[in-house]
Amino acid sequence: MEMIYALCVGILTTCGIFLTLRGRTFPVVVGLTMLSYAVNLFLFASGRLNVEAAAVLQKEGAAYTDPLPQALVLTAIVIGFAMTAFCVILAMRARADLGNDHVDGRLPLADDDQAQKEKP
Amino acid sequence: MNLLWVPLLPLLGTLVPLLTGRHNRTVCAWMTALLPAAALFIVLSHAPAVLSGETLKASLPWIPALKLELAFRLDGLGLLFSLLILGIGLLVILYARYYLSPKDSMNRFYSFLILFMTAMLGIVLSDNLIQLWVFWELTSISSFLLISFWNHKQEARRGARMALTVTGAGGMALLAGFLLIGQVVGSYQIDDVLSHVIQIRESGYYPAILILVLLGAFTKSAQFPFHFWLPHAMAAPTPVSAYLHSATMVKAGIFLMARFYPVLSGTDMWFLIVSLTGLSTLLLGAYFALFKHDLKGLLAYSTISHLGLITLLLGMDTKLAAVAAVFHIINHATFKASLFMAAGIIDHESGSRDMRQLNGLWKYMPYTATLAMVAASSMAGVPLLNGFLSKEMFFSETLHQSTLGSLSWIVPVLATCGGVFSVAYSLRFIHDVFFNGEPIDLPKTPHEPPRYMKLPVEILVALCLLVGILPGYVIGDLLHSASAAVLQGVVPEYSLAVWHGFNLPLAMSILAFLGGLAIYYNRKVLFQFQAQFPEADAKEVFERGMKRTMAICRQVHGWLENGSLQRYLLLMLTFSIALTAAPMMSLSQTSGTRAHLPADGVVITGAVLLVLGALATVIWHRKRMIALLTLSIVGLIVSVAFARFSAPDLALTQLSVEVVTIILLMLALFFLPQRTPKESSPHQVMRDLGISAMIGGIVGTLCYALMTRPLESISDYFLANSKTGGGGTNVVNVILVDFRGFDTLGEITVLGIAALGIFKLINRMRLFMPSGDERGRPWASDRYPVILAVVSQLLLPLALLVSVYIFLRGHNMPGGGFIAGLITSVAIIQQYVAHGVEFIKNRLHLNYQWLIGSGLLIATATGIGSWFFGKPFLTSWFDHFHLPLVGEFELASAMLFDLGVYLTVVGATLLILANLGKLTTAERPVHVEEP
Repeated sequence: MEMIYALCVGILTTCGIFLTLRGRTFPVVVGLTMLSYAVNLFLFASGRLNVEAAAVLQKEGAAYTDPLPQALVLTAIVIGFAMTAFCVILAMRARADLGNDHVDGRLPLADDDQAQKEKP
Repeated sequence: MNLLWVPLLPLLGTLVPLLTGRHNRTVCAWMTALLPAAALFIVLSHAPAVLSGETLKASLPWIPALKLELAFRLDGLGLLFSLLILGIGLLVILYARYYLSPKDSMNRFYSFLILFMTAMLGIVLSDNLIQLWVFWELTSISSFLLISFWNHKQEARRGARMALTVTGAGGMALLAGFLLIGQVVGSYQIDDVLSHVIQIRESGYYPAILILVLLGAFTKSAQFPFHFWLPHAMAAPTPVSAYLHSATMVKAGIFLMARFYPVLSGTDMWFLIVSLTGLSTLLLGAYFALFKHDLKGLLAYSTISHLGLITLLLGMDTKLAAVAAVFHIINHATFKASLFMAAGIIDHESGSRDMRQLNGLWKYMPYTATLAMVAASSMAGVPLLNGFLSKEMFFSETLHQSTLGSLSWIVPVLATCGGVFSVAYSLRFIHDVFFNGEPIDLPKTPHEPPRYMKLPVEILVALCLLVGILPGYVIGDLLHSASAAVLQGVVPEYSLAVWHGFNLPLAMSILAFLGGLAIYYNRKVLFQFQAQFPEADAKEVFERGMKRTMAICRQVHGWLENGSLQRYLLLMLTFSIALTAAPMMSLSQTSGTRAHLPADGVVITGAVLLVLGALATVIWHRKRMIALLTLSIVGLIVSVAFARFSAPDLALTQLSVEVVTIILLMLALFFLPQRTPKESSPHQVMRDLGISAMIGGIVGTLCYALMTRPLESISDYFLANSKTGGGGTNVVNVILVDFRGFDTLGEITVLGIAALGIFKLINRMRLFMPSGDERGRPWASDRYPVILAVVSQLLLPLALLVSVYIFLRGHNMPGGGFIAGLITSVAIIQQYVAHGVEFIKNRLHLNYQWLIGSGLLIATATGIGSWFFGKPFLTSWFDHFHLPLVGEFELASAMLFDLGVYLTVVGATLLILANLGKLTTAERPVHVEEP
């Protein structure tokens, strides 16, 4: 089970990072969202995986999950939403003000343009 | 008065000239002098105790746990230097009043000067190495400001920059040396350092420490080969040169060597480096001083030479040499400061500093000439003046040392050579300027300066004479206590008499005089000889070096920072691989000892879906709508995973956040292009894939390694105290609102700030609203389907009821303010979707900013409330009550806090979404999407 979980976290991270490396804002936001899934899963896993453990205190002794990572991840999810929202609105604003949706704020020059520019 | 005031008063004094600058110049000068004079008075009041051998200390604790404090100490060496700094400083303030022209900004000058004075006092009084270093750097910076005071002149700017570069680089080395000392000793207190002599000398770091500390000292004290900055610093106004380049700043390096003399000296390495550096500086300075036509240039090289002399004394292996070094520090400060001031007077009253023009000034300013001649004689080492005494001691010590083994005889011979040149350039200073015919083409007719401009020179020259004639009475105690502080032990016997009988040092002095006379007499031949050599201009070399460095920096900068965020991210991620991969490799085993859980069908199915969803998002990421849908699959699986692994709170949160996120992204997508153009080259895609796969691999491995290792958690405390201390059985919620309530308060504040930031961004956003979808088809005319509207309206009370239920039970069952807030938001957003912004605006009168604000207010007020019961911030309270019909129920202050969380979450979420949604309704320029 742990192997599968770790694999999922790894793949989510890979996909998230790949998308954040794209040049346009929307894929970057999607990548950030995916990356925050991966991060939340990762943080959650620091409490180890427990199946059918009690999340709420029971009358008699039962196996409990670690509540601390859960509490941290819970706020992380909400803050992550705020961050995603901020990024996407920033992206919209950038497009409105700059006229394009590239993360650099300007469209990359085509190869021949660049070559011309480098020549004095 | 407390010792702390000694540096603090001048620090306050930096403001005085700025405040009094509007008054007349004399008032400004007097007011400026007031606080340093008070500091001098404090130092003098402590002097008797210090002279009797005490070391005074004063400190102001800052962070006691880190042993950080503002700590000062006053011992003999500190006393000597504070007297020099404050005494000569006051004289310079008076002198500068007459030297500066009305065009110069006097208050700026005084402010810099006092700042420099503070920094110097900080160096000599600090009881802590790091603190000392901070003041050390402050002298570099304030001297930069002083040297470049006439910043309209290029040479002033360049000279200042050169001084800053050289002494600043030395300061870096010094910091490294201090940190190493701190490593070896385990403390940065000077007393601790001075008492760990053996540990430092025998540690493996000793050579590094020695070289680094000496680099700091040599650069500051203009020792060969770092001497070149000092002549260029002469572009400063002369009061600055008189202060910085004779008595104080260049002496800071000497002070450093003297301070750490007990710890660092005593090894062959010290003797060899310090004595050879000192010797070469002494000779070099003395030789070149003779050939300088500029009056201040001559004095600058002579200063270099005398600093070399003191360094040489500190580098010799006799204890008496250290005493002689201290003595010469005093003497050099007095005669050199007065000489600089005299040179300034000459420059001021005749308009030139060139000795080829200045001749025969005796006729025009006999009084100044007399003063200058006495001071110059002291520099040459004429008997009955203080320079003679320390020079005799120096000659005598060169005869007694054995620093260079069997070659030690070289030292007295070369020292005499240095003496010869020193006599020659002093003679030149006297004869060329005041005699030697008539002045040539002077811009002004020279005359005596104002009365009070001469006063500082008079005082200093009087000191030269007093020390020279009655050394024991005037300076004996101070010299003894300063030498005791340098040696940290018994001061050897020495006699401060003017006459020691006919002995070898006297013969060396006489030889130096005769040689000096001979050289000066034949100076024309020597000048011609020197003229054959191409003049190596340190400034040119330095400038070329600077230009090359700047070009390299610009190149690196241009390569690193080309304005592309995409590229920055790539570099950052690559770097993070390098940082994380290395420690991962030292982890010998991936899998730990914890037993694995067996995989089951549900988990495998979920994992497959998750991976497929993620891969699909990447593959179709250029078709944005599809990518968004596949992304939502991933989010749903993640929330199911939380539920599966016994975290119902997380599952609920993730699920509701997922809904809000996807709606938000869809709304945003409405305004953004529907497709991403194909831009990345295959090469780029492969590179990015490689990097992200590596990071994913590292993260996955780390996750696996973490999960398979046994858990040591601090959560047992939370589990044990949740019910008894927090009054709730849902430990996650109790952690959020109680144990770690302060964190949560911070987090909802961040949420509120983000929402407000978004609100500002949306405000006045000039967006093009697309008229149709990507293929040009117009949007559906039926904007709000009736069925959706009716059903959602029916659902609203139900959804709100659920959120109240989730909120209320949160303390004991999965739920709580965060989740309830998100559910409420989703319910209201659904109304927005079904009915449109206008419809809601007329019916729901909620100001979301107010909602955020009141939420934060309630949460904070709950925290503050506990103060009224004498408890720390955010202490919680709960109790059980019984009502007929309802039964037993619980009330807790944490619920009020949770209400604050709830309101903030609702407010923030709706502020973001409702405002974005509003953009779709307003009248906007219609923009047709390009095909």
